[in-house]
Amino acid sequence: MVNYVIKRFFMMIGTVLIIATLTFFLMHAIPGSPLDSDRTTNPTIQANLEKFYKLDQPLSSQYISYLKSIVTFDFGPSIKKPNESVNSLIGRGFPISFELGMVTILVAVISGVVLGTLAALRHNGVIDYLAMTFAVIGISLPNFILATLLIRIFAGELGWFPAATWQSPMHMVLPTLALATGPMAVIARLTRASMLEVLTQDYIKMAKAKGLTPWKIIVRYALRNAMMPVVTIMGTMLAGILTGTFVIEKIFAIPGMGKYFVESINNRDYPVIMGTTVFYSAFLVFMLFLVDIVYGVLDPRIKLHQKEGDPS
Amino acid sequence: MTIQIQQNDEQHQNLSIVIGKKILEVQDLHVTFQTYGGEVHAVRGVTFDLHEGETLAIVGESGCGKSVTSNAIMGLISQPPGKISNGRIFFKGKDLTKLDKKAARKIQGVDISMIFQDPMTALNPTLTIGEQLTDGLRTHRSISKAEADKKAIEMLNLVGISNPRERLKQYPHQFSGGMRQRIVIAIALICDPILLIADEPTTALDVTIQAQILELFEEIQIKTGVSIILITHDLGVVAKIADRIAVMYAGKIIEIGTKREIFYTPTHPYTKGLLNSVPRLDLAEEELEPIEGTPPDLFAPPKGCAFAARCPYVMEVCDYVQPGTTYLTTSHYTDCWLQDERAKGLFND
Repeated sequence: MVNYVIKRFFMMIGTVLIIATLTFFLMHAIPGSPLDSDRTTNPTIQANLEKFYKLDQPLSSQYISYLKSIVTFDFGPSIKKPNESVNSLIGRGFPISFELGMVTILVAVISGVVLGTLAALRHNGVIDYLAMTFAVIGISLPNFILATLLIRIFAGELGWFPAATWQSPMHMVLPTLALATGPMAVIARLTRASMLEVLTQDYIKMAKAKGLTPWKIIVRYALRNAMMPVVTIMGTMLAGILTGTFVIEKIFAIPGMGKYFVESINNRDYPVIMGTTVFYSAFLVFMLFLVDIVYGVLDPRIKLHQKEGDPS
Repeated sequence: MTIQIQQNDEQHQNLSIVIGKKILEVQDLHVTFQTYGGEVHAVRGVTFDLHEGETLAIVGESGCGKSVTSNAIMGLISQPPGKISNGRIFFKGKDLTKLDKKAARKIQGVDISMIFQDPMTALNPTLTIGEQLTDGLRTHRSISKAEADKKAIEMLNLVGISNPRERLKQYPHQFSGGMRQRIVIAIALICDPILLIADEPTTALDVTIQAQILELFEEIQIKTGVSIILITHDLGVVAKIADRIAVMYAGKIIEIGTKREIFYTPTHPYTKGLLNSVPRLDLAEEELEPIEGTPPDLFAPPKGCAFAARCPYVMEVCDYVQPGTTYLTTSHYTDCWLQDERAKGLFND
């Protein structure tokens, strides 16, 4: 186990480095520079600014100082907001994005699994058809459309929830719904399919033959085995939810990291782009690692470490 | 119906194989399944009974309804699509087809338990052996985890698994096929059942393991006195451990008798065909004789005898009228027109 974690740790570092490198060169391949919009300034000031942000140096030495900033995790000040460092931007924005993301995942997983399980247990029944119709709508509707619809109906016409910003639990309802519906629909469909397959297995029949209560059969025998595919897609789903938060944060004017991220790209704010990208990718890679660990815990057949002489 | 029960009792009173009292009585059981293609009559009137400590083998080819019969006794016919459309299953005097689900779980799971065909799929891959052994026990009896574990260890010892205490914490994938089948048997025995239904318990195992498992069955029966219904298509298995044999064809029992009667004086042409299609060591020269043709379509069961289309001795009556039951001895009876008085002497073999 320890060996596995160490191995994975180095793989994670490698992955983040590759992402960071790609981001760096792609970013510099885009025409224009962070100081473009300030062209009216005095050429001397311009040159001094370029020197301050090391933009006058060749790309290779910029890359090296960039790598240094990753290792020390100090991305310096933002170019557009010189009185604010990238680190403090992340420190301020990330907790909000994290909260939104986690609540979304929680809502998506719980409601998706419940919906999928009910659909499977009432296979070809009314609940099944309703749940699956709902799931198809959820999958087909992009979250930014859903977001605007939700704002219009629940904030505009009905006035039940606030339309924007991030202050109270009431503020969380609409963005969470907008973001969670898609993943929930995917999880519901997957759970249903997986559950239907598991329910035909011999060990379910055997659990019935033991005279276990239906609840125990569903939770301990069926659901646990049916969760494997769901856990598998959790990794990619996390990435989807993360990128979804960018858009949703923009629509709901939530001061999370996504807002800074999108702004930084428009502004060619190199330090912010690099800082947020590295941070996001490190976070995502870490979450994928957690998913793999959970997978191993749920299914004892998946060995994270191969010991010598283990009976297989 | 009561009259019939009395009759059966009388018939069995002077049977040599009767060890204890009657514990299971299946009467005219019909099971149908609703499918897209129509209604399948999987079991079409099965009647048999079982006594304490007895082993009854139900044999027949694939799709003849033997597993469906055992699932019906075990309450595993899911409705829909399945349905027990007629008949009764008396277990210790209670009709299992009339019990509500909760009461049925107390019997089907405690007093009756089941061993499944494929030990590779019968165990839940995500739970330890210990949990799977004890969860039934702890559902039905209010005992502590420690007590349940003790009983589980006792059971693993009984089925011949070494180091049971350590083994409890292991998962199914850490056991071989034969070991898993032993565990499945241990799970089936842990609630001290009166009746054990074994649905092809050796089919998925290789031959050497098969012999071990069969010996285990005999051992268990001696130690616990459990009655066994053995579902199989393997006549070798039957010869080894059965007391009585019921031969099923197209959803009906067409011949039933003691092991001796079925093996030495088979009467129904199908039983004969079945025995002829088994390789024998003492008759090395002879070629195996397959039974020509295929079983009838159970979407539309034939009006007369289901075996008529394949029967080498078929008569006109067989196609139109179902044969009644002929009692050859008190324990041996068959459903075949050849046993009718009027058919005697038509075929000499």
